[in-house]
Amino acid sequence: MSTLMRGARATVHRVLDDTLSVGDALHSTVGQRLVELGFVQGAEVEVVESMWPFGDPLAVRVRGSTFALRRGEAAAVMVVPANGAG
Amino acid sequence: MDAANRALADLRIALVGVPNCGKTALFNRLTGSHQKVANYPGVTIERKEGQFHNRAGRRFAVVDLPGTYSFTPASLDEAITRDVVLGRIAGEPQPDVIVCVADATHMPLSLRLILDLQRLGRPMIVALNRSDIAKRRGFTLDVAKLADKLGVPIVETVAIAPGGTDQLIEALGTFEAAAVLHDAVPAVDGAAHAIAAPDRAEVERTQQLVPRLLAEVGYGEPLRARAAARADAILMHPFGGMLVLGTVLFFVFQAVFSWAAVPMGLIEAGVGAIGTWVSGALPDNALRSLLVDGIIAGVGSVLVFLPQILILFFFILALEDSGYLPRAAYLLDKLMGSVGLSGRAFIPLLSSFACAIPGIMAARTIPSVRDRLVTIMIAPLMTCSARLPVYALLIGAFIPAAAAGPFNLQGLVLFALYAAGVLSALGVAWFMKHFAGKQNHHPLMLELPDYQWPDPRSLLVGLWDRARIFLRRVGGVILSLMIILWFLSSYPAPPPDATGPAIEYSFAGMLGGALHTIFAPIGFNWQISIALVPGLAAREVAIGALGTVYAMSATEGALETAIMPVIASGWSLATGLSLLAWYVFAPQCLPTLAVVKRETNSWRYPLIMAGYLFALAYLASFITYRVALALTT
Repeated sequence: MSTLMRGARATVHRVLDDTLSVGDALHSTVGQRLVELGFVQGAEVEVVESMWPFGDPLAVRVRGSTFALRRGEAAAVMVVPANGAG
Repeated sequence: MDAANRALADLRIALVGVPNCGKTALFNRLTGSHQKVANYPGVTIERKEGQFHNRAGRRFAVVDLPGTYSFTPASLDEAITRDVVLGRIAGEPQPDVIVCVADATHMPLSLRLILDLQRLGRPMIVALNRSDIAKRRGFTLDVAKLADKLGVPIVETVAIAPGGTDQLIEALGTFEAAAVLHDAVPAVDGAAHAIAAPDRAEVERTQQLVPRLLAEVGYGEPLRARAAARADAILMHPFGGMLVLGTVLFFVFQAVFSWAAVPMGLIEAGVGAIGTWVSGALPDNALRSLLVDGIIAGVGSVLVFLPQILILFFFILALEDSGYLPRAAYLLDKLMGSVGLSGRAFIPLLSSFACAIPGIMAARTIPSVRDRLVTIMIAPLMTCSARLPVYALLIGAFIPAAAAGPFNLQGLVLFALYAAGVLSALGVAWFMKHFAGKQNHHPLMLELPDYQWPDPRSLLVGLWDRARIFLRRVGGVILSLMIILWFLSSYPAPPPDATGPAIEYSFAGMLGGALHTIFAPIGFNWQISIALVPGLAAREVAIGALGTVYAMSATEGALETAIMPVIASGWSLATGLSLLAWYVFAPQCLPTLAVVKRETNSWRYPLIMAGYLFALAYLASFITYRVALALTT
């Protein structure tokens, strides 16, 4: 998902098991938190804004909510672009 | 206790919900001003409790728990919510009923949390909040059908309208209080933990269930409002958004300094009048000196910042409520990321311009422990309002009010001092990123909520909270420090044949004399060295102390003007500039260090903070003094 441009839509294929901790060792992992926020297989996503340069961070809309994600987090979400390209 | 009594006994309820679901507005609507803010035992997460009565006179105690997306916590805040709901915090009784606040305009996130909560098997009710907005935007759902499917009572609420919580209060009346308070389980017990923290596969399963459930009750996925999309296109634009943010911040700072002038003058005059009145009413003895010089002058000199703090927090609360602040964090994330900070650090650092203490406390919402620590460590480098009077005095004394191009030279110097603080904060963060502890990934994962008009009621309650916290601090830590410092500055009394000011012969004077050896290389005379000692309590007290040292017996208000010519003629320009540079870092603020100790639960970080601030202050003053000396002689 980190390579999507502003305005692009896609469908989530799967979320990688990003085991990096959100906080310290006791805390949730990035992968699990992404799933909790709604990035699950079949969910439609839209990149509504992205920051200059390199589109980092980006604002992604999923299931009616918008989240600011860094590219590192977005990269854990594998997507199939809506128009079949890129 | 029999059933009839249990149905009337006090009921403990806890509000749980995802962030930005309007939970705090609901809490404010339910409890009004009957709230108290304290800390959970052992940790420093703010614990907000309030109470209300229903028409039958039954009392409800409400706890407003920090917003959370799940029971697998990602921050200190979220961990508290889980532990309170599970009754895992010693001394904190487990709530009888969980009120899960769902955002009717963002059901998918809320519904997932409801499913998570249901696994706990606790008595629960769902408050479908913002149901008015949801209806207006056309995403309604069959409330009865959803309640039936979930097996949980659901009521609609509108937190921002009078009477918007009537249904909820009525429904809560039917719950019974638990017969016996559950004893808190201090350690994590295996079974409860397994229930509390569903694994990834379980989360995926509930997430697949959410859209199916919502489709069955007729809830369509909310579309993005066109106005919001247009606003985002401007406010989150890489260039335009930055421009707007700069303008907003500029306006906020203008307001903080210009709007606060009148109330600050009134407080100063009031404190001065009380001091004069007490002086006249009491004989000249130690008690009068303690009351007037120690308590009234000391507390007054801190109290005077209340207007600035309230104005800054008014803007912070309003911007936060409107949904703008997370977007500012988004805009600044890359910039702050380049020095190893998260965009989330923006909000605590902004608060630190009023006072580092609320800023340091606001850092709790930062999930990464390391990011949080770095944010805490650099918070004192944001020029707090306490430094302003010191700046104002020194700039007035040493910088001519000449024009520098279209700008005023004094104003430019003030701006440069603020900029120096921010730049050195970025430098310190960068240093910590490269030399102290590595973490190559800093998650942002920040929700950008819908724009909304700030709720005036919540704004008022929030400001009242801030005022109360500040006043309690003034009454507690600062008052006791003032008394200690007054003692140190007054005893031992000067000998009868003393020629200098009394403070010179006191413990503070001795300490200042000893400190002078340290501070002589950076151009501070012994008077400044002494004044820095009482400045430990609160930075601005140093001005009052300078006044005392120079045997000024004027009231606060007159002091600033009276002392200005004395130091303007008595100190060299190099000394004045050196003291200005010192105050950019100003390591001497005991209340800040005390809060850092509390927030980090260790002496390590306050000591490191005091050490590095002192080193930087000394270095900056040394360079400033030597360069200025070389240029002026």
